[in-house]
Amino acid sequence: MDELNRDTGTRLVKRGLAEMLKGGVIMDVVDADQAKIAEDAGATAVMALERVPADIRRDGGVARMSDPEMIEEIKSAVTVPVMAKARIGHFAEAQVLQSIGVDYIDESEVLTPADEAHHIDKWKFDAPFVCGATNLGEALRRISEGACLIRSKGEAGTGNIVEAVRHLRSILGDIGRISQADSAELFDWAKQLQAPLPLVQEVSETGELPVPIFCAGGIATPADASLVMQLGAQAVFVGSGIFKSEDPAPRARAIVEATTNYLDPSILAKVSRKLGEPMTGIEMDSIETRLAERGW
Amino acid sequence: MKVGVLALQGAFKLHVQALERLGVEAIEVRSLENFDASEALIIPGGESTTMSFLLESSGIFDSLQERSTDGMPVLGTCAGMILLSSKITDGRNDQKPLKLIDIEVRRNGYGRQIDSFESDLFIEGFKSSFRGVFIRAPLVENASEKVEVLAEVNGRPVMCRQDSVIVTSFHPELADDDRIHAEFLEMVSNS
Repeated sequence: MDELNRDTGTRLVKRGLAEMLKGGVIMDVVDADQAKIAEDAGATAVMALERVPADIRRDGGVARMSDPEMIEEIKSAVTVPVMAKARIGHFAEAQVLQSIGVDYIDESEVLTPADEAHHIDKWKFDAPFVCGATNLGEALRRISEGACLIRSKGEAGTGNIVEAVRHLRSILGDIGRISQADSAELFDWAKQLQAPLPLVQEVSETGELPVPIFCAGGIATPADASLVMQLGAQAVFVGSGIFKSEDPAPRARAIVEATTNYLDPSILAKVSRKLGEPMTGIEMDSIETRLAERGW
Repeated sequence: MKVGVLALQGAFKLHVQALERLGVEAIEVRSLENFDASEALIIPGGESTTMSFLLESSGIFDSLQERSTDGMPVLGTCAGMILLSSKITDGRNDQKPLKLIDIEVRRNGYGRQIDSFESDLFIEGFKSSFRGVFIRAPLVENASEKVEVLAEVNGRPVMCRQDSVIVTSFHPELADDDRIHAEFLEMVSNS
């Protein structure tokens, strides 16, 4: 039989993978051993990076894309999709990540931005991109640049869920308000959000973002996962929360169970028992660098 | 007719929407209780390594095996195909297949996300082509003579049926086309 015509890198193919990740947990890992632990615990994908956000925060300095060698090691250790981070606006890092077959590229505020005015033109890539957002305008600007998945920024590396909750409520609250607005009001919404009018009109009509929305930034416990899923997130990213805790494997598994059964408090109570110490959290007033303020 | 959609993880909402468009009540199945209320089951795309352990911890695994063997219709897409198969290559080490259709599959057999693709398929009994969306899709490496192959890509099966179990390597829930769901529902009403 002849080779069929195959279309790769289409919008459907790129957005489709985000659909497959819904209801799951994407875990930050720094080496192949952690990646195996994450996969065995039921992670739907892993984020390969050299330092988890809590360590990036502690060490300071410029945070860059991870060593491709280290990403390759993680890719060969697991069968679930592997994501990796590029700096905001650093399209050359993104090109490198695409060339080594990374399944999802996170244009991430956790790394030090490379461009103060421009995000990456993500339409140019066959690999799909996820981007962070703190409000609906930011989310729609990222989608207009080609992002296939939006996550709340939260405040990475703090183990504090308060910022992610604020971002989710802001994004989903504005979606609710826009879907009640009449067509004349949408012009003003587009202006206020600094977002393209056609995307604002689409949100108004469908009552949802054109791409999936996941939660990231500060999830440390099974109940945190349930909280953000009930608020309307469709999956969760857990960064420092697993491998900075006392006993990562059972905590990882418990967060997976909690993300599926987020509406059932009795299951949450069961899986939250005897997990050991969660990561030490940080209060917002005591942090110097707000990662969520990066990006525009 | 009440059709369950396994909602442990993955693209279950898209299947629920397809069922609703066809006028059928869909049940999101997260527990044995939900499963007991369903006359048939759709297993969506997602990560099979994640779903397989949630299938066991929820207690649905054994019950599904039993009821499907007794003739309950099941449709599995992508990860669903992997879970329903008789042998999985490149899965988690402790990943148990349901063994409800006699095929052997290789996870991500068509490559990584960068190799994911769309293509027009010719499906047995369909009058026109069907847009197949393959995302990190499983490759059917072997299908026994008990299995009816309903569509192929490059000589490899991408849609198969054995008794009341239908599986696809691709995602009919992503295509704007409900014909596969409609055919499955017809099988459910005849069962």
